[in-house]
Amino acid sequence: MNTALSDLEQAIEPLRKRYIGQRVGPYLAWNKVSRTQIWQWCAAMGDTHPEYLGGETAIAPPTMLQSWTFRDVHGDYAPGSTDQNTYEVLGKLDELGYFGSVAVSYDQQYLEYLHEGDHVHSFSTISDISALKNTALGTGCFVTELAEYFRQDKTLIGTATITYLKYQPNQTSTGAPPSSPRKIERIRPVENTDSQHYWQGLRDGKLLIQQCSDCDVSRHPPQPMCEACQSINWHTVESTRRGKIYSFTSIHHPEIPPFDSPNCIVLVDLDEGVRIAAQITGVKYDELKIGMPVRANIVEVQKGLSLPIFEVEQ
Amino acid sequence: MNLPQQVKVGDELPELPIPITARQIVAGAIASQDFEDVHHDKAAANQKGTPDIFMNILTTNGLVGRYLSDWAGPTVRIRRISLKLGAPNYPGDTMVMSGQVTAVQDNELEIAFKGKNGLGNHVTGTGYLTLEESA
Ligand SMILES: [Zn+2]
Repeated sequence: MNTALSDLEQAIEPLRKRYIGQRVGPYLAWNKVSRTQIWQWCAAMGDTHPEYLGGETAIAPPTMLQSWTFRDVHGDYAPGSTDQNTYEVLGKLDELGYFGSVAVSYDQQYLEYLHEGDHVHSFSTISDISALKNTALGTGCFVTELAEYFRQDKTLIGTATITYLKYQPNQTSTGAPPSSPRKIERIRPVENTDSQHYWQGLRDGKLLIQQCSDCDVSRHPPQPMCEACQSINWHTVESTRRGKIYSFTSIHHPEIPPFDSPNCIVLVDLDEGVRIAAQITGVKYDELKIGMPVRANIVEVQKGLSLPIFEVEQ
Repeated sequence: MNLPQQVKVGDELPELPIPITARQIVAGAIASQDFEDVHHDKAAANQKGTPDIFMNILTTNGLVGRYLSDWAGPTVRIRRISLKLGAPNYPGDTMVMSGQVTAVQDNELEIAFKGKNGLGNHVTGTGYLTLEESA
């Protein structure tokens, strides 16, 4: 750890001593489990599962667990709740400059489903505050909370382990237009004098193969000189886009957007006598076989970039 | 209907595309009683370094629950959902849910699921389901 980070660590250490392992509660639900609240949830989630609202007594989707004992819109806990605020530690981290907050993982166990009329209460324990880490969002630490949820008869109905990242943002973002998240795009190929015809051909819906104008040998990928006779005279022929799989691989990890996962890549011997590498879709990775007949479609994968993408020929 | 004996390891759940809109994000945040400003206030979200409001974790969890139980049918009990969040769900994107059966033991099922948006995987995780005898 560098010096700057260890100085920052010193500021967090007292928070660990004070908050980790302290079980606080109870936190009461503002309301009994109600059809109205279940309906609002199901409507928002588009959840039409018949069990929840279809019967005489409404049953709550178990994923609602944590929502029952949350604070209201003003940040207040329901009457009868403890005065201790389990999230006080998050406020302390805000004060230290780690005011960014995102949940990163969530593990919920559902032991019992809740019915209309049930009244929930919960207890909460901060179980860990990690060492400071440099993350994509900024420097910060991971705070883990364990929450336990009970019915009015003291039956444990579920638990939730939630990990938050509290961080100091790298930068604030104000320039991005609304409603337009930036899509991850493929790296664009270099288009130069030697290769421009190939990429333009794809944009025009054609897979063009170079052929030597002196000795008629075909070649791919594009290159300025014929390997057979060293001629720099060439023309193109349009491929039928048919061939057979020479070899293949499928990439499972890491998952890299915007590519499919698994990403199946084939080396294909085209009928024109050249070999080409491209993606294959519409077939499961474990069904690929050497020698399979395939045919490429030309697909515009993003604006201005078209690629041959193979499928198995029936 | 997916009776336990018909389900086997490797079975894939049908994909479900979910359009991500500001309305979806705000509706989910309110339904889950989560009033953190980054789930409804774009200016506040910008201040915290994100380009727009983004979906809260309870909504993600609720959508995962819906995806699993839609597939498993009326006799399902969701026992556990364990998930990790990655790329945020911002308005204007689409999250495509997919899943695969990874374990079957009597009437207990384990499903590996993910929700992928334009920035990568928003959510990956495992769902644990029980299929009960229908009444
Ligand atoms: Zn030649």
